[in-house]
Amino acid sequence: MVRIIDRRFDSKNKSAVNRQRFMRRFKGQIRKAVADAIDGRSIKDLDNGENVSIPARDLSEPQFHHGRGGVWETIFTGNDQFSSGDQINRPQGGAGGGSGKGKASKDGEGEDDFVFNLSREEFLDVFFDDLALPDLVKTQLARIHEYKSQRAGFSNDGTPANINVVRSLRGALGRRLALGAPFHGKLRELQRALDERLETHPDDDPEVLRLKDEIAILRAKLEAIPFIDTFDLRYNNRIKVPKPTTQAVMFCIMDVSGSMDEGKKATAKRFFMLLYLFLTRTYEHIELVFIRHHTVAKEVNEEDFFHSRESGGTVVSSALELMKDILHARYASGAWNIYGAQASDGDNWENDSPHCRELLAERILPFVQYFAYIEITPGDPQNLWREYEKLGAAHRNFAMQHIEGLPDIYPVFRELFKKKLV
Amino acid sequence: MSPPKAKRRKPLPAPGEWTFELIEAYHAEIDRVAREFGLDTYPIQVELITSEQMMDAYSSVGMPVNYHHWSFGKSFLQTEKGYRRGQMGLAYEIVINSNPCIAYLMEENTMTMQALVIAHAAYGHNSFFKGNYLFRQWTNPDAIIDYLIFARNYLTECEERYGEEEVELLLDSCHALMNVGVDRYKRPAKLSLTKELTRQRERSEYLQSQVNDLWRTLPAQASRTHAVEARRFPPEPQENLLYFIEKNAPLLEPWQREVVRIVRKISQYFFPQRQTQVMNEGWATYWHYTLLNTLYDEGLLTDSFMMEFLHSHTNVVYQPGYDEPWYRGINPYALGFAMWQDIRRICEAPTDEDRQWFPDIAGSDWRETFDFAMRNFKDESFVAQFLSPKVMRDFRLFAILDDDKEARLKVSAIHDEAGYRRVREILSDNYNLGSREPNLQVWDVDVRGDRSLTLRHQAYLRRPLSGDSEEVLKHVAHLWGFAVRLEVANEDGSVSCLHECRRERRKHDAPQA
Repeated sequence: MVRIIDRRFDSKNKSAVNRQRFMRRFKGQIRKAVADAIDGRSIKDLDNGENVSIPARDLSEPQFHHGRGGVWETIFTGNDQFSSGDQINRPQGGAGGGSGKGKASKDGEGEDDFVFNLSREEFLDVFFDDLALPDLVKTQLARIHEYKSQRAGFSNDGTPANINVVRSLRGALGRRLALGAPFHGKLRELQRALDERLETHPDDDPEVLRLKDEIAILRAKLEAIPFIDTFDLRYNNRIKVPKPTTQAVMFCIMDVSGSMDEGKKATAKRFFMLLYLFLTRTYEHIELVFIRHHTVAKEVNEEDFFHSRESGGTVVSSALELMKDILHARYASGAWNIYGAQASDGDNWENDSPHCRELLAERILPFVQYFAYIEITPGDPQNLWREYEKLGAAHRNFAMQHIEGLPDIYPVFRELFKKKLV
Repeated sequence: MSPPKAKRRKPLPAPGEWTFELIEAYHAEIDRVAREFGLDTYPIQVELITSEQMMDAYSSVGMPVNYHHWSFGKSFLQTEKGYRRGQMGLAYEIVINSNPCIAYLMEENTMTMQALVIAHAAYGHNSFFKGNYLFRQWTNPDAIIDYLIFARNYLTECEERYGEEEVELLLDSCHALMNVGVDRYKRPAKLSLTKELTRQRERSEYLQSQVNDLWRTLPAQASRTHAVEARRFPPEPQENLLYFIEKNAPLLEPWQREVVRIVRKISQYFFPQRQTQVMNEGWATYWHYTLLNTLYDEGLLTDSFMMEFLHSHTNVVYQPGYDEPWYRGINPYALGFAMWQDIRRICEAPTDEDRQWFPDIAGSDWRETFDFAMRNFKDESFVAQFLSPKVMRDFRLFAILDDDKEARLKVSAIHDEAGYRRVREILSDNYNLGSREPNLQVWDVDVRGDRSLTLRHQAYLRRPLSGDSEEVLKHVAHLWGFAVRLEVANEDGSVSCLHECRRERRKHDAPQA
């Protein structure tokens, strides 16, 4: 008597809860591992998971056990050389050594770090944990504001412009066939009777005349069936399907003047990459606009943006002007979530900075979800920083940070996009 | 063995891939042979699961349902890693001591392995669970699944009410005491779901009132001074820490006591398994070997089936020598299998040595002797009773004495005439949980003073506690709520304090519901 049960399809991923609990408990260590990993590898690698290793002692579940020491007498197998009473030197490292069982099994393999694989999703989750773009709830992402019209069969009413001719005529034909069917049958009968009568009788036979009359009446009735009726009309039906906004555009603005060296650029690059990565998790489609500037601004591709070298002075407003123009020309529809990220060493032409502030406040900030400025400079903030500082209070969608080097990026990023309580 | 009735029957098909029909066909034959051998089992329920589900069951202490805890997630990750690297041993079999007995078959296994697991788990382990005295006394297979469901639901409810973190910390502390949360000598009451549910509420209320009474601070000053000397609590040292805490910890909420109880019950449930490894695994291995070989003799199994089966079987019973790099102590499958085979040999073809060592069983009916041995022993006594000189010679067993006061190790006995008894005695002691695990007792509670709890470790052969014990003590203190001390009673009678964990957790500090 046996019962065979196929359980292969129930309760998939049953251990997921336990895994989550494990991750939550070691969040600190996992976070640190993730932060180290980001430091250690190229930003483009962020799409991969990561092997996380946690020191075994952090993970241990303590129990009362015997420790090393005292007297132990243990049985071993495979005696090949010993006789009773032999004395042996204590083996180093405990291979086959005479310590207790409880010890051997627990500590033997326990000293290694506990290594496990974090999937890409979990990796990024840890990375982005408790980060969200500011006022995310207010973005158009959450609201459905755009509809897409889409065909959905046919309906019985609508505007004349939407009449579907084929469908309507097909309906009319069917109706005519259906309504005419009894008359057609009768007509064929009368016609046959008339033909028979005519073979034996002359044309003026009263029966022939009666039949002819009836046939005429039937024909009239058939003709009275309308060719097409309002009843037959079919209209193309269109319904509106809500279309969530899943697109964003991200403006990357970077100062490439002589004072921005490769190190600063690398820092800026990471900043842009992180922002981009974060946006990819929120939006389906993201366009990138790269604007670099020294005294004049230019829209370039990604390659040039990061790698070609320029020199000269700095006029930041040129880049902002260009951004404003592109924004109004290409992304004005309201269907775009616009983000701006600017990186500079803050060393602007003195008279230009107030102009930058005005530009930002009046022509750019009203249209963007968020604008972030980072100033990469080892020393004190420069003049652009001081001007921008005046913006901070009035505009919630503006943020700025001062960073000095690579290690600062992660905390800065968190600071910039820290969840705001709404 | 009865002579084959239909000699050379048509063999069962043995394709790599299994099907439900084939599993049923194989099971029917295995069942028939097992009945002929007189194996008495619970009804069998075979469940097919995926490798992921198998790993999940492995990591939840081998049970199909369990409450959630991070440590199970950790062991899942470990199991998964081992599985990916192909390190796991026997064909992934899990069998649950329940009625009906649930045996898991893993989807990825070949037909041969499925048949092996059915014979091993569904007949070997199953009959052992039903027959062995430890399992009969200490576990209740009718109720375990229900109890685990009750436990999981109860803990989920607690998490909703008191927060996941609170429950997790409590479970951490309880898990730390699982080893010392069992009654070794007192037999526990049987579990039953309905009883648990109906009595859980009244129990918690009653318990709380008892605890309150114990900690009553109202007695008049006069009587107090008299009582101090006389009263000692607990009157006798207690071996079951979890039980003691459940009943007496002053600050635990009723739900916390219930959680302590759940962990204690589950720990107790697995206690017999820890004491019958050699016997149980050996028994199951002996029977899969015997059942499948019988079927082969009848002509029901193909040669290719047997090759695959024997390959797997020999892997399972492989015993490396002490100096090989993969030596991990004595393989319970190997020793158990060898001992059961040897018992049968002693019954059927005893030598003079066997007659001298085992006058009772030499030449007796092997089925009866098997039944007697399976029912009435655990590893410790099984080895002491049945380990024969022949097995000791075959395994080339020898004993090493490691005294930390001596500079060198000493070979105290080997597999020779002078050493047989000594080797057997030592091996038996190696399987004795009482000497393998530290002996810890609740020694004293300062009921009238600072309410501190004193645990005492009775050192045996000067064996110290491991460094973990300080961590464990913190967990004890977390449960107890007041200072906890750990003392060591040495064999020369001296007592010294090993650790002390001070902790003042006043009622108002306790997380409120």
